[in-house]
Amino acid sequence: MQAVEENVLDIKKKSRRNDFKKNWPLLVMISGAVLFVFVFAYIPMYGIVIAFQDYNPALGIKGSQFIGFGNFTRFFQAYNFKDLMYNTFILSFLGFIIGFPLPIIIALLLNTLRSKKTKGIFQTIFNAPHFISVVVLVGMIFLFFGEYGLVNSVIRAFGGERTSFMLSSKWFRPLFIGSGNWQEMGWSSIIYLAALAGVDPQLHESAKIDGASRFKRIIHIDFPAIFPTISVLLILSIGNLLSVGHEKVLLMQTGPNSVVSEIISTYVYKIGLTGSSEPGYAAAIGLFNSIINIVLLIIANSSAKRFSENSLW
Amino acid sequence: MKNNIGRTKGDKVFNVFVYVIMILLAIIILYPLWFVIIASVSSPDAILNGEVWLLPDVVDFSGFKRIFADKQIWIGYRNTILYTFFGTLLNIILTIPAGYALSRKELPYKKAFMWFFIITMFFGGGLIPFYVLIDKLGLIDNPLVLIIPQGLSVWNMFMVKAYYESNIPGELIEAAEIDGAGHFRTFSNIILPISKPIIAVMILFYAVGRWNSYFDAMLFIHSENLYPLQIILRNILIVNDNQSGGITGEDIYERLKLANQIKYGIIIVSSLPIILIYPFIQKYFEDGFLVGSFK
Repeated sequence: MQAVEENVLDIKKKSRRNDFKKNWPLLVMISGAVLFVFVFAYIPMYGIVIAFQDYNPALGIKGSQFIGFGNFTRFFQAYNFKDLMYNTFILSFLGFIIGFPLPIIIALLLNTLRSKKTKGIFQTIFNAPHFISVVVLVGMIFLFFGEYGLVNSVIRAFGGERTSFMLSSKWFRPLFIGSGNWQEMGWSSIIYLAALAGVDPQLHESAKIDGASRFKRIIHIDFPAIFPTISVLLILSIGNLLSVGHEKVLLMQTGPNSVVSEIISTYVYKIGLTGSSEPGYAAAIGLFNSIINIVLLIIANSSAKRFSENSLW
Repeated sequence: MKNNIGRTKGDKVFNVFVYVIMILLAIIILYPLWFVIIASVSSPDAILNGEVWLLPDVVDFSGFKRIFADKQIWIGYRNTILYTFFGTLLNIILTIPAGYALSRKELPYKKAFMWFFIITMFFGGGLIPFYVLIDKLGLIDNPLVLIIPQGLSVWNMFMVKAYYESNIPGELIEAAEIDGAGHFRTFSNIILPISKPIIAVMILFYAVGRWNSYFDAMLFIHSENLYPLQIILRNILIVNDNQSGGITGEDIYERLKLANQIKYGIIIVSSLPIILIYPFIQKYFEDGFLVGSFK
């Protein structure tokens, strides 16, 4: 019995060696990507040690002094800690509440259109804003919502007063989220449309014969078909609840709206790379942020696993 | 005949409802874009007074003339074309073979490689360590900084992997292997010729990303003659030139008028290449293979 097992192991080993002889070209094909990811993703991970240092660029990572969790405790006690956390969370949460269901609704409705051509035309229109650069998008917001912009012209035409939308802290979140949805709602619906394309048309045919209305078929056929996709994206969004990118926010920031528009990522950029920079402190804040994201992701995933079969891992 | 089964009155009402919503959404998306176009050729006075809604009051290209006379814009345009071309080339060279290799079951240590890549999708060093690395590599204010560090998107690579997994029949590769073709030959003679759709989509994704990005340039490029277009756009569209001391209100108004016309025009000029290639690649999105990357 044991001899047989050893024999099997031997054969496995041999075949693995043979495999390698035959399959090494695949390793060559992947090597560029591996090298690239190692340099530009893994080396910065090593660079996280500066979060535990009083980092001085002139001394480098090796020369700078370690201060343990000093940067972290400093952040937790900082005067703006609560504001940064709140601003980041609320911006992403409001964005999620509005931005998550919209693409699903668009996909479900688009999918009911019978004519492929009409569907294609609508999709082409809905996808278009995705390709606009963030600089142009924010530029358009400034133009449309500026003192003398289109929106104020409309307000004046109806007898209202001019509003400085970009200089008002009240309007930052609606403008940020509204423009984000304007740009991405169509594009985000692609993934659901692709899942809907996989629905067996016979399901619809037999439901029709049973007298199910179009609306009923959406609820009982289409929606269950995209449910796994929804779950996966939901888990990912929960994992991202405390990560709002800095690129668009930085462009939309004006002095007066910074009360609400200063979020963790923009603060990391400012404190770490501009002015009298403190890279160690900024890296610590960034690390704290990504650890929260991972914890959220793991919690979301394990609860999804518990209540359904749809989880990331 | 079949199509009419179950077309009840309720369904017809629902159908109308769907069309109304879709047309409303289309208007919401198209109107701002349309307004940019008409505003770029209308007289600046009419725009500021809110007199232009649906059609331009005049067709006046003086804004565009001023844009084309600006040397900085041309330099930015040229730089962005170079960054986008060489950058996208690097992206394709790194992404397509790696995506293919990951799609093959025979790839040695496949699981380890998968984890090696997946981890980076959820965790990274963050902005500051990235900056320190770029600094160490001596890439600050070097044009290569806008080409090399964005050489690969793991997300896109997985999309390529999923594409090959669901679109290349296993028999095709087996047949090639029986013929004695090694992996390199299989890849170059059999796989690449049928990869047009995925390569087209990858070119679009990467090229648009590169064309549109501004932040890396803002961080790392300090010489004006290396600025990509988006930085110049940002300076024109967003960073307000409020350093005008002692200028009368009327002067500011005059300046605002001209500036706005240029702003609308430059949005069009800068987006033109993307607008031109978009319809050609749009058809591939409908194929729905994008979904594969999620499984």
